[in-house]
Amino acid sequence: MSDVLVLIEHSGGTVASSTSELLAAAAELGTPAAVIVTDGDGKALAIELGALGAATVFVATLPGADTVLVTPQVAALQAAIAASGDVSAVILGNSTDSREAGARFAARIGGAYQSDVVGVATGGAVTQQAFGGAFTITAVAGKGIPIISLRPNSVAGTAPTAAGKVSAIDISGDTAPTTIITARHEKSAVSARPELQSADIVVSGGRGLGSKEKFVLVEQLADAFGGAVGASRAAVDAGYVEHNMQVGQTGVTVSPNIYIALGISGAIQHRAGMQSAKTIIAINKDASAPIFDIADFGVVGDLFTVVPQLIDAVKARKS
Amino acid sequence: MKIAVLVKEVPDTWGDRQIDPSTKRVIRSGENVIDEINEKAVEAALLVKEANTGSEVTVITMGPSGALDAIRKSLAMGADSGIHITDDGLVGSDASQTSATLAAALAPRGFDLVITGNESTDGRTAAVPAMLAERLGIAQLTFLRTLEVNDNEVSGERMTEDGHIDVSASLPALVSVTEQIAEARYPNFKGIMAAKKKPVETVDIAALGLDSAETGGANSWSVVEGVAPRPARTGGTIIKDDGTAGTQIADYLAAAKLI
Ligand SMILES: Cc1cc2nc3c(=O)[nH]c(=O)nc-3n(C[C@H](O)[C@H](O)[C@H](O)COP(=O)(O)OP(=O)(O)OC[C@H]3O[C@@H](n4cnc5c(N)ncnc54)[C@H](O)[C@@H]3O)c2cc1C
Ligand SMILES: Nc1ncnc2c1ncn2[C@@H]1O[C@H](COP(=O)(O)O)[C@@H](O)[C@H]1O
Repeated sequence: MSDVLVLIEHSGGTVASSTSELLAAAAELGTPAAVIVTDGDGKALAIELGALGAATVFVATLPGADTVLVTPQVAALQAAIAASGDVSAVILGNSTDSREAGARFAARIGGAYQSDVVGVATGGAVTQQAFGGAFTITAVAGKGIPIISLRPNSVAGTAPTAAGKVSAIDISGDTAPTTIITARHEKSAVSARPELQSADIVVSGGRGLGSKEKFVLVEQLADAFGGAVGASRAAVDAGYVEHNMQVGQTGVTVSPNIYIALGISGAIQHRAGMQSAKTIIAINKDASAPIFDIADFGVVGDLFTVVPQLIDAVKARKS
Repeated sequence: MKIAVLVKEVPDTWGDRQIDPSTKRVIRSGENVIDEINEKAVEAALLVKEANTGSEVTVITMGPSGALDAIRKSLAMGADSGIHITDDGLVGSDASQTSATLAAALAPRGFDLVITGNESTDGRTAAVPAMLAERLGIAQLTFLRTLEVNDNEVSGERMTEDGHIDVSASLPALVSVTEQIAEARYPNFKGIMAAKKKPVETVDIAALGLDSAETGGANSWSVVEGVAPRPARTGGTIIKDDGTAGTQIADYLAAAKLI
């Protein structure tokens, strides 16, 4: 079987949480082969990656690897293709870094870049969604190999454990002009809350929360459920939360089991990011808010009285 | 400094956006507008221009004849000239082909700074900027929420899933901006009148020296095989809070075995 390359993201010696799923997706299409760029020798990571299903681990060693944006990963994929000699597809995660590495790589080698994929089939056909899940699309590579960026929670199962054999690759000859990362301001990956994009339960707040201080109520409800926190653009623009919590057209797309919208009117651009949730709950004091058109269970009322009661009820059921 | 801004005309997000099941392409006959993120990209370019005397901003779009409106709006905001890439042979291009076409227009003109939106609202591939940096062989500073250009150096804050990182590179470079970069200015009457006299060059596949056997949907790398609309979501139970709504939500979720 041909190799299917998987670009691995890692930091502080740990692989990204998406890694197991990416290798499982690769196993559906061929023999999983991991590709990493690291300033070390990659041996410890290779053991972990073998356990997750990588038969080969292509290791590009680059001093200061985590201070260069995207281009080392593109060079590593190119070197891995050459080293393997037989690659039928490339799979990457859905972070901005991985998506851009995939896009650049497709332009470099001539490949079919498939963004934000929610399903893969043998042969490399993919399923995608358009307009916030209003349309489901199936696509294939017309020419070149498929280069697939996979959305979390798209492929079930795990790949069988494999050898994780290290194969060193050389990217020192890469000539792409670089962008240097001079500082990182990121919360540690081990947050107490699940990641927004892949969370099972998402509680989002909108302008109806009224202030940054009062937005804490959204967090309290999310924590009662063990869910992630999201927001509308109006809440982000008002400075209640950071932009990376925005759900919608120009934010994150989520499709959790439960989506709870608090003080969100349900503008079309917000719905584009959450309308594929299984169950939608809405609390809004305006009975004519469009969010009620898509809510499975809606409450017309003041969120500041309903939510505290809901938090107590959820806690009571959990204990 | 020579600055290029890439703008795209898209179906209005406020409208009912559809994909034609027979052509498998986005229906573009409805209300089209310049993508909001591209107005912000134009704004970012104008701010760089204003801070660097002697700069010039060229707006570039690839799209059907109507896409000229997106150029005109950008010119009315204050950009200096436009390039409209249009050709029936480009219809149905994927991100890879689009980036190749845009690169063919950009490369010979030698821009110092290329500014794009981070992601279009119709395709949402967020791929064209990275591909374009690759094809032009220039540094890529994408997903920036702040932008600074000093002498030969570009820097800014790149949004990531967990926060942001500070990035910098030397010119020439490609920058893609996120929606927090700036509020776009409204064109005033003077701007709108002035825009009518600003030069807009129209170019086609031949003028760009592209091979028509490589362009358009018939030759795309990514091929859409099927399009299925999802049945519209319908509303469920709506209650008015009588003092027990919080408990009722929990009961509802429990009955559905969700908690
Ligand atoms: C190109 C484009 C992209 C966009 N992308 C996004 C996006 O990604 N995500 C997004 O969310 N929006 C996006 N928008 C913006 C969108 O159009 C709306 O402006 C936005 O979603 C509104 O946010 P909101 O519902 O919080 O605010 P509002 O529309 O102001 O709604 C606030 C709601 O809170 C209710 N409320 C107030 N007080 C209470 C209370 N005490 N109890 C209960 N309810 C209360 C009100 O009745 C009202 O319905 C985009 C717009 C455009 C043009
Ligand atoms: N047809 C086009 N014409 C001009 N610019 C484009 C075109 N397609 C994409 N772009 C640019 O690339 C950005 C990201 O688009 P996309 O990669 O399609 O999500 C857009 O905001 C534009 O700046």
